[in-house]
Amino acid sequence: MSKNVQQLHRVVIRIAGDSGDGMQLTGDRFTQETALFGNDLATFPNFPAEIRAPQGTLAGVSSFQLHFADYDILTPGDRPDVLVAMNPAALKANVGDLPKGGTLIVDTHDFTDRALTRVGWASNPIEDGSLEGFTVHALDMTQLTLDALAGSELSRKDAGRSKNMFALGLLSWMYSRPTEGTLAFVRQKFANKPDIAEANVTAFKAGWNFGETTEAFAVSYEIKPAVQAPGTYRNISGNLALAYGLIAASRRSGLPLFLGAYPITPASDILHELSKHKRFGVRTFQAEDEIAGIGAALGASFGGALAVTTSSGPGIALKGEAIGLAVSLELPLVVCDIQRGGPSTGLPTKTEQSDLLQAMYGRNGEAPVPIVAAQSPGDCFDAALEAARIALTYRTPVFLLSDGYLANGSEPWQLPSVADLPDLTVAFATEPNGADGQFLPYLRDVETLARPWAVPGTPGLEHRLGGIEKADKTGNISYDPDNHDFMVRTRQAKVDGIARSLPPLVVDDPDRDARVLVLGWGSTYGPIGAACRRVRASGASIAQLHLRHVNPFPNDLGEILTRYEKVVIPEMNLGQLATLIRARYLVDAISVTQVRGLPFKAEELAEMLQGVIAHD
Amino acid sequence: MTELNLKPKDFKTDQEVRWCPGCGDYAILAAVQGFMPELGVARENIVFISGIGCSSRFPYYMNTYGMHSIHGRAPAIATGLSTSRPDLSVWVVTGDGDALSIGGNHLIHALRRNVNLKILLFNNRIYGLTKGQYSPTSEIGKITKSTPMGSLDNPFNPVSVALGAEATFVGRTLDSDRKHLTSVLRAAADHNGTALVEIYQNCNIFNDGAFDLLKEADTRDDWTIRMEHGQPLRFGTDGSKAVVREPNGALAIADDVAADDPRVVVHDAHAEDPSFAFALSRLSSLDSRYSPMGVFRSVEHPTYDAMMTAQLDQAAAKAPGDDAALGALLAGADPWTID
Repeated sequence: MSKNVQQLHRVVIRIAGDSGDGMQLTGDRFTQETALFGNDLATFPNFPAEIRAPQGTLAGVSSFQLHFADYDILTPGDRPDVLVAMNPAALKANVGDLPKGGTLIVDTHDFTDRALTRVGWASNPIEDGSLEGFTVHALDMTQLTLDALAGSELSRKDAGRSKNMFALGLLSWMYSRPTEGTLAFVRQKFANKPDIAEANVTAFKAGWNFGETTEAFAVSYEIKPAVQAPGTYRNISGNLALAYGLIAASRRSGLPLFLGAYPITPASDILHELSKHKRFGVRTFQAEDEIAGIGAALGASFGGALAVTTSSGPGIALKGEAIGLAVSLELPLVVCDIQRGGPSTGLPTKTEQSDLLQAMYGRNGEAPVPIVAAQSPGDCFDAALEAARIALTYRTPVFLLSDGYLANGSEPWQLPSVADLPDLTVAFATEPNGADGQFLPYLRDVETLARPWAVPGTPGLEHRLGGIEKADKTGNISYDPDNHDFMVRTRQAKVDGIARSLPPLVVDDPDRDARVLVLGWGSTYGPIGAACRRVRASGASIAQLHLRHVNPFPNDLGEILTRYEKVVIPEMNLGQLATLIRARYLVDAISVTQVRGLPFKAEELAEMLQGVIAHD
Repeated sequence: MTELNLKPKDFKTDQEVRWCPGCGDYAILAAVQGFMPELGVARENIVFISGIGCSSRFPYYMNTYGMHSIHGRAPAIATGLSTSRPDLSVWVVTGDGDALSIGGNHLIHALRRNVNLKILLFNNRIYGLTKGQYSPTSEIGKITKSTPMGSLDNPFNPVSVALGAEATFVGRTLDSDRKHLTSVLRAAADHNGTALVEIYQNCNIFNDGAFDLLKEADTRDDWTIRMEHGQPLRFGTDGSKAVVREPNGALAIADDVAADDPRVVVHDAHAEDPSFAFALSRLSSLDSRYSPMGVFRSVEHPTYDAMMTAQLDQAAAKAPGDDAALGALLAGADPWTID
């Protein structure tokens, strides 16, 4: 039987089930096949903080959304076109996001009275008409999986666990995905458990064949590869790209990488990843706490390493005093804050960009710290290199801001050539720089205001650093009022001066007549860009500017802001960048905020922007 | 190896020493500067790292590399330096408040990891720099500015804490006994791994005379238990007191012990099990009577620094981390090419 194949330009799929059902793994595999096929894509994993939340509850639902297309896309999609729900809780938690006309694939196996009651449904939505308006495929995927594995030695429970692979097989058929990679992956992942590996392969094939042979699925879809710039690509998540960026910075600076870190969601994957790469001279130190993590990194920096600490908001709060010490010592240090919902423990697995003001001001005294922000998963690589450049050049701690959405989301990434990456070579001090062979640890470079980096082991440059205010040039303890005033202003001037090293900003204003500028930073880049496309598609003009550097602001930012009648700043906080922009430039920026632990929807942003333009 | 020919004065800096006149820190500084040439390590390869407190000003007065950091964090900072630069001789200078209150966590973790650090803990049993509050080593009932009716908390015995963390080297000495202080410093410097040296140090402003029982000629021999590895733990003016093992296995102090009394314990600093050293540390009373002085424990374990370096070497030997390897890492297992 040959089935109808329909061409699509884009589709958004969301698969949802219990945490522990393998939804993230299923999503990752589908993503990998999609990337290899050549579609552009963006992903959005969304899962609870609990490792194994109670089964069948709304709190325990884990989902993975994938947007893929035959053109370049910017976000994982506002709403799914297709929702796969593996149990009643997954259906209930997600069906509200499925637009009318959307496709619903439901595993009916767990739709028992008890399970329905547990999520607050009095009757079965599959039977009571409440799913009218959707194309519903209700099938007992668990039973189909068990049937396919009837001959296996596995227990019923273990066999049933392969249902996610059945779903993956079915989806792979529906969207004409290649399968070899997934089959090879499964066999490798379960190399030590060949019976489990075979069960997964069998379930996957059963799902594929179910689509191929069952009349319920009349159509399969094809999304042609996207046109991408020539080059070699891979799929990459933000945390992986950030870890690779740090290793690359180590190679390009010639300095050994030292990571001091304490486990915290959603930053831990960077520690995990870097711990695998000892061959590159990477030292990872899992410290006793957040403070020791940054303390050890600072110690390594004193010794001449490219030092990094990674954390999220609560950990950054604990590190505040040590960041201040790094400001005072003027030693290079990259502080990665993979932001999550706050305050306090907040929403550990959800995204937010509410640590900007903590990064900017969260220390005692006047303690300026440069801030670099990543804007997409792949961009975390470049952002890490840039943070390292600033830290090493200016001998300063630098904040590298990412967030949960970038950390776990993924996209195709064009591989850079290692030889073409920026040269981050550092010159350590080797000779005395004062009169009579004296070494002056705070005698600054006239251009960058950076002080010399003299590492232990260098004869003749023995010196003492400390958090007490230092005398200009000598670094000796000084309580002199004028000296303190001078040193405070000089440290600020050093950080402000970084702006001179930044390239001109590029405003995306294709129509060249926009009167409204959308300004953003961090992971809102994709949703803002997608919203701007929608606005432009409707015939209106709008300009987009996204900041890589939030402190110091680039020198041309002020002039750019004056060119537009209105400046709109969407943020996943209560207006932190808007506060900084208003204070610095006296621009009456319109702050648009959302703190739902989720990225902006392009559709909603576009609607908001249309409103601003209309009231122009 | 070239002759370093260093003198104690080579370790002095041009900075004015700003401790209170009469502070025990002066004696310790002089002893350390006097001992440093013995290390046989060039000044540029020595680093002193401190936290906050009176003792933590120490690095400013040592003509080596140094860092005066933040309260309690010196062991963590030194851990990062020592593990990334195993070629250096890294020393931590800390006090009872710095090491055992705000920095207690870092201290015990440095000790359990066996990082190659020498930690000098100046214990004056008081907060000096903040002008006289009780510290985590102050005796119960201490009347201070913050405890007008007497402190309530049970103090830490720093040696017991360190041994509880299974520190591979633990010693105790006294600021005013230059010879003993130097001998313990020497043993600590020779130790490969974390060495904790508790130095009883007099604060003549806020806690004067805290260790007088161990210093005054008429009392010191009765209350000091000098520990020498392989020697019986006898003490007292006429050597008639001793540490003895009781029938239940516990250690105790006995008076008028005969020369051939089989209960007398012979000191074993190299016992693998820290229980013996711990039992010795528990002999002291709150007012320092029966203070064992010297090396409680000195055992050889692999250091954290060396093990980390070995892992890196092992990984690099398998496949060097060059640019080609980085390119392959970035490409991952499933790259695709668009022409």
